[in-house]
Amino acid sequence: MATVSRDDTIFPPPLVAGDPTFGSITDTICRIVEKPPTIPWLVAFGAASTVLTMLLCAIAYLFWEGTGIWGLNNPVGWGWAIVNFVFWVGIGHAGTLISAVLFLFRQKWRTAINRFAEAMTIFAVICALVFPGIHVGRIWAAYWMLPLPNQMGMWPNFRSPLLWDVFAVSTYFTVSLLFWYVGLIPDLATLRDRAKGKLAFWAYGFFSLGWRGANRHWQNYERAYLILAGLATPLVLSVHTIVSFDFAVSVIPGWHTTIFPPYFVAGAIFSGFAMVLTLAVPSRKLFGLQDFITVRHIENMNKIILVTGTMVGYAYAMEFFIAWYSASPYEAFAFVNRAFGPYAWAYWIMVSCNVITPQLFWFKKIRTNIVLTFILSIFVNIGMWFERFVITMSLHRDFLPSSWDYFSPTLFDWAMLIGSFGLFFTLFILFLKFLPAVAIAEVKGVLPQANPHWEGYHKHAEGGAHHG
Amino acid sequence: MADRRRNWGLLAEFQNPARLLEAAQAVRERGYTKFETWSPFPIHGMDDAMGLKGSRLGWIVLAGGLTGLTTGLTLQWWAGTMAYPLVIGGKPLFAWEFALPVTFELSVLLSAFGAVFGMFALNRMPKPFHPLDRVKRFKKVTDDAFFLSIEAGDPKFDLEESRKLLESLGGTGIVVVEE
Repeated sequence: MATVSRDDTIFPPPLVAGDPTFGSITDTICRIVEKPPTIPWLVAFGAASTVLTMLLCAIAYLFWEGTGIWGLNNPVGWGWAIVNFVFWVGIGHAGTLISAVLFLFRQKWRTAINRFAEAMTIFAVICALVFPGIHVGRIWAAYWMLPLPNQMGMWPNFRSPLLWDVFAVSTYFTVSLLFWYVGLIPDLATLRDRAKGKLAFWAYGFFSLGWRGANRHWQNYERAYLILAGLATPLVLSVHTIVSFDFAVSVIPGWHTTIFPPYFVAGAIFSGFAMVLTLAVPSRKLFGLQDFITVRHIENMNKIILVTGTMVGYAYAMEFFIAWYSASPYEAFAFVNRAFGPYAWAYWIMVSCNVITPQLFWFKKIRTNIVLTFILSIFVNIGMWFERFVITMSLHRDFLPSSWDYFSPTLFDWAMLIGSFGLFFTLFILFLKFLPAVAIAEVKGVLPQANPHWEGYHKHAEGGAHHG
Repeated sequence: MADRRRNWGLLAEFQNPARLLEAAQAVRERGYTKFETWSPFPIHGMDDAMGLKGSRLGWIVLAGGLTGLTTGLTLQWWAGTMAYPLVIGGKPLFAWEFALPVTFELSVLLSAFGAVFGMFALNRMPKPFHPLDRVKRFKKVTDDAFFLSIEAGDPKFDLEESRKLLESLGGTGIVVVEE
């Protein structure tokens, strides 16, 4: 199996390497949770939570002082808050793609990474939700975003894409959380049944809701999982479509384009898969999960990055073409200004990271090289943040040249961007320690011996060659 | 055997998914109805082997989705035309086109509630205690063990007969489970 041969396409390599048994899978994954925290884990948790503290302090000062602490100015009324928001929502989408879309397509290789990716989705959406939550200026009026009956008799304007966004992102968060939790229930029951301490027994027992693996339960459970996957698939497409409406529905050159919804969705999947790799490559090493997250998984994800990266590159080119073809001088100016104006540096960072980087994945040597994958995934993360920055900065030269200005981030813009990574990694590191990082029951289900018609059961009359 | 606590039923362990599937098929063919198989992951073909009908969850989800659809449309129509009419750029106070995103999201949200909470309801979860929890070995069901249980409430249930049946099917560690 070391040499890559054509046979791989006919007889794909096993989904879980290392000839595992049901019991060995339980052991490998549960041990990560059950053993006391290691020094690297504590160091990582300490670092992440320190950065999170910085975010909380910056938010506290923002509430005290107002949005003037950001680098916003008159033409640039939307700054890093929306850039970070779109960036984090996009990151989340790969998780849903892996858990829902690949499930519907019966891509069994997803089982090893889906728990991981779904956790990433939830934490990324939490990071995203922070920004619309805090950007309102008058924080005590944040509830106006929701259609809540109030003493003023006011209702939100349902014709505004910003309100659609509230519904889209909060639905997305809720459905992702439910989907993740449903997937976790059998694994929480496994942890409950292995628990040594009282606290672990009660905590995992409480959240596993008395799961015991009855077939009548599995029947409804599998149906619920299938339906949730079927719901999450159009949902994830709708969410980034509606996020793109925040821009596309406004009449601003460079934003008011019909290509935005598909282009945003492709970009979201692109950045999300890059983030999955950024997280998975070090974690598999740190927790010894190489048999679960194999080179085959990494290669598959790199292929998706190549496809979606190429779509994003196509969208960049098409935007320019339409700007010229539309013969609208404002539209043309917006794009020429992006590529050659004061923010040209950001534009070319975006192009090099998002268009050139993924093209390297045409080469199998690069796709299957773990170190290079990790480095390139970080390039994609940077590039996709810059994409949203470039789009938002279209504002800096509006219709009236006398009001043109240049946006520069302040210390607080930086504190909130970096701080949001602190929030993300704190949650992620806690997840790795307290919840099973790989979907135990699902991985068992894709082993060859999980199939009652597996040839091994018929060859040997005694059966259960792998039974531990 | 002098003190007779009420029996919940019998529990037998099987070696692997294939044996469990065969056992379930045989128990069903003997006319049992109140029996259950327990496994660490769903086993392909078990629903047919046990003679189960399909899950009814889809209907609950449909109800949830339709509720979301109606709520979304009604909320936007009522808030925009009755409760708080806002004239913006001369646009109509209500039109189905702009109402689509919110309606869609609410339909998905309530469908998902239907799927998850409907599943809990059909499965009678949470269920903190079950008679099978008395069996020490049963803890392995979430790890790598496969079980079949027959409830004493089954009309065909007979302590000796049923035990013999489970034994003949290859069941091991057969125990009588107390209520």
